[in-house]
Amino acid sequence: MSHYLTTIGLEIHLRLLTKTKAFCGCSNCFGGEPNTFVCPVCLGFPGSLPVLNSQYLRYAIKVALALSSNVSGMMKFDRKNYFYPDLPKNYQISQYDMPLSLGGYVDIISDNKPKRIAITRVHMEEDAGKLVHNKRALSSYVDFNRTGTPLLEIVSEPDISSPEEAYRYLIAIKSIIEYLDVSDCNMEEGSLRCDANISIRPKSQKELGVKVELKNMNSFKGVRDALIYEEKRQAKALSADEPIAQQTRLWNEEKQVSEPMRTKEEAHDYRYFPDPDLPTVSIDATLIEEISSELPEMPEQKKERFIRDCGLSKYDASVLVSDKVMACFFECCIKLYPKPKMIVNWLTGDILKYLNANNIEFNSVKTTPQRLISMFELMDNKTISGKMAKEVLHEMLATGDSADDIVKKKGLLQISDKSVIEKLADDIINENPKVADDYLSGKTNALGFLVGQLMKKSKGRADPQLANSAIKKGLGKKRP
Amino acid sequence: MEEFVKYTASQLKKKIAQDNLAASDIASSVADRYDKVEDKVKGFAHFDKTLLSERAKELDKKGCAGNLSKIPVVIKDNICVKDELTTCSSKILAGFKPPYDATVVTKLKQAGALLLGKSNMDEFAFGSSCETSCYAPTNNPYDLEKIPGGSSGGSAALVAADETVLALGSDTGGSIRQPASLCGVVGIKPTYGRVSRYGLIAFGSSLDQIGPVAKDVTDCAGLLNIISGYDPMDSTSADMPVPDYTGSLIANIKGLRIGIPKEYNPGSITGPIIDEAAPVNETGIKIREAVDMLKDLGAQFVDISLPHTKYAVSVYYIVGCSEASSNLARFDGVEYGYRQKQPGSLLDMYKKTRGEGFGAEAKRRIILGTYTLSSGYYDAYYLKAQKVRNLIKQDFEDAFSRCDIILTPTSPETAWPKGLKTKDPLSMYLSDIFTIPANLAGIPALSLPCGYDSNGLPIGLQFMAKHFDEEALIRAAYTYEQNAGWQKVRPKL
Repeated sequence: MSHYLTTIGLEIHLRLLTKTKAFCGCSNCFGGEPNTFVCPVCLGFPGSLPVLNSQYLRYAIKVALALSSNVSGMMKFDRKNYFYPDLPKNYQISQYDMPLSLGGYVDIISDNKPKRIAITRVHMEEDAGKLVHNKRALSSYVDFNRTGTPLLEIVSEPDISSPEEAYRYLIAIKSIIEYLDVSDCNMEEGSLRCDANISIRPKSQKELGVKVELKNMNSFKGVRDALIYEEKRQAKALSADEPIAQQTRLWNEEKQVSEPMRTKEEAHDYRYFPDPDLPTVSIDATLIEEISSELPEMPEQKKERFIRDCGLSKYDASVLVSDKVMACFFECCIKLYPKPKMIVNWLTGDILKYLNANNIEFNSVKTTPQRLISMFELMDNKTISGKMAKEVLHEMLATGDSADDIVKKKGLLQISDKSVIEKLADDIINENPKVADDYLSGKTNALGFLVGQLMKKSKGRADPQLANSAIKKGLGKKRP
Repeated sequence: MEEFVKYTASQLKKKIAQDNLAASDIASSVADRYDKVEDKVKGFAHFDKTLLSERAKELDKKGCAGNLSKIPVVIKDNICVKDELTTCSSKILAGFKPPYDATVVTKLKQAGALLLGKSNMDEFAFGSSCETSCYAPTNNPYDLEKIPGGSSGGSAALVAADETVLALGSDTGGSIRQPASLCGVVGIKPTYGRVSRYGLIAFGSSLDQIGPVAKDVTDCAGLLNIISGYDPMDSTSADMPVPDYTGSLIANIKGLRIGIPKEYNPGSITGPIIDEAAPVNETGIKIREAVDMLKDLGAQFVDISLPHTKYAVSVYYIVGCSEASSNLARFDGVEYGYRQKQPGSLLDMYKKTRGEGFGAEAKRRIILGTYTLSSGYYDAYYLKAQKVRNLIKQDFEDAFSRCDIILTPTSPETAWPKGLKTKDPLSMYLSDIFTIPANLAGIPALSLPCGYDSNGLPIGLQFMAKHFDEEALIRAAYTYEQNAGWQKVRPKL
């Protein structure tokens, strides 16, 4: 990609977890028997009218504030007109020129440097239903359960300059939204959807290249893959002096290619106009302040606090806050056990390693802060050694059992009985007369070998410090 | 059998109390009258005698003591009644029975009304003559060769023909007032937001209002009482207290300031009207007589100006058709109503269903509205129309600083022969020239009879008032009616 500059903008659709749908009283549930969460309003029956769900508005404002976007004092809803069977009214209630909020940003790390990605706008709109095709019967069915469920569209500026940055941006958005508890952000389940606009241009060229819109990506990784593919495809075309068509392309996950869907000429004229059924909504400063005061501590603020109050490194703090559940786990731990550095080392070390290796999300981790701290206490009172602790932790993460139970079950109790260890030390010295002699003749590193042998014999259970002094004591007895 | 439907609601209420009448007695009287005159009038889109008698029996069993107990009411065919045909007089809604009641219908049912059926209308309320219905056109009870007006022509004709006591209509650009005028009955278009639109199948959502059609002002006030009020299901309904409109039935207008727009004089706009020197047609003469009577009753007349009123028809057709093009998009054969079932692609189904389901006038307005919203034309049409609409609103605000009521004719002319304007949509559109401005401004307006032309056809007088001042309308209309007495004239059928 060295000859070309890449420009990417993302449009994220976020499904909000309100109790009821955007403009009617139907339950906002995912899935369910087809056409069971429906009413005349979301089915677009003649004569029915939409009424804005106030929780939807609050959640939307929450997200806008968390993205540092400026919530408008006045917003309105518009109709986006197009015919499709999953859209019962054949128009979608959306927002055109007076959206919920304008501006905002998300900070990401790109090439180990911080980068700010600007947000253009955040607007509210209702979702459409789902088509179910029966190819054999040559017929299609519509499930309207999803129809009228509340969405937020977050549009970024074309500030993103690589597929990796796009990926980071998505992770950052997800992490912020998760803190707010207003959406699942699950791309696989469709609660977060992402379309991307990408163009490339020679480094010497000022104006942007021809824009291609990518749709149908089903995961964050899919977005990155699709963008990498498209970046290469466009670069190849440009290098060969072939023109790039302004078009919408669909990502084919299976084949790992993008395929053309429609060209600019086929683009819809959505005939946006203000929805006369929904009056302009004025959002007063009091409401914004109220919602603002309810906002939880956001990842960036939390990171600063961890650095300031817990003395964590920037890196450790960033890793912790990147997952809301992990950050919360950490905070529970430090309340019980005021050694933040030790906790973070275990969390970002052995625990994350285990979870990543087994492809487990932090929110399904099998142990609890209390159990982790109990393990630390076993280390502190010398019941187990640090080395044994790693083994115990592994078992805790695999089974969810407490450290105590694991230690008992596996007979992992540390041997701290001086007389038992001294007996072992004497045996080892007697079994290795040559090494003992070496030590006595001044080769001090022979001590390590003997301690190692003792640990081995005790299956690692001997208290290492006691083992050390017992060997020394045993050797002392041999001294002429 | 005594023809109970000939009474007004207030008279019938007394009669019911006096003679201890059952809803079934009234239902039989309705059926009787239907048999006698409906062939001539053709005011119903849907009427089912068996259903009516069942409903009456049920009412008698429940013994409802509401304000409209046992009073016959007809509902316009674009207002949803649960499990009963609601088709907007359009083929595309053939067989459609909504799964819910419109808010106004819920209120009528709670008040104990005896619902008779659905009245005929111009398809989707697109028209001023009731001729665009997919059913037979409705006839004017005063002259069966003439149109009853529209789009609520069925409601007005059925009230005039004594086939019902009360009716509901809807008014987007005059659809209650113009047929009321042409059929010699009283109709009110309430302030936008006064009556819930929930369950009214939308034409122009920012213009539509449901309102009463009745034989006199008293009945209109009573019916308006029932249907008015805030509805959480309609975001555009007004969360304001509703006065008791029957409290405005006072025959006294001393000191009332009535404005007459100078633009409605001949020469300034197509049509008549109020010129002291030379009245141009019979409507103008009758309006002048009404003005004279109101003067005698103590009203003060003031000259006012509505300078942007000449743009009202153009603005109305842009705003109304734009909204309609989007509102009618849902009729696509997917969920309900008519579907062309020949095998083919999705696009084929859309095209054939809509091509066969909509009549010519509906198609014309959908195409007009789609055009005015299209990218590249939006600013020149829709946006500009909205700006002019604001100027028209402002005109009324200025005018109402000088007067309490504005008086105009309701319609430039009396009922015309059927078929006369169907080939010339523009002349049809212009027949709503006096009624359209009130919808654009959202203000309330009322039409009541003020005499008859030489052919015996009714002439209507329109009053307009400021937002939510239906009381002023009712008081002025009641005073005039009590002194003029035109409500006593009935058509001979």
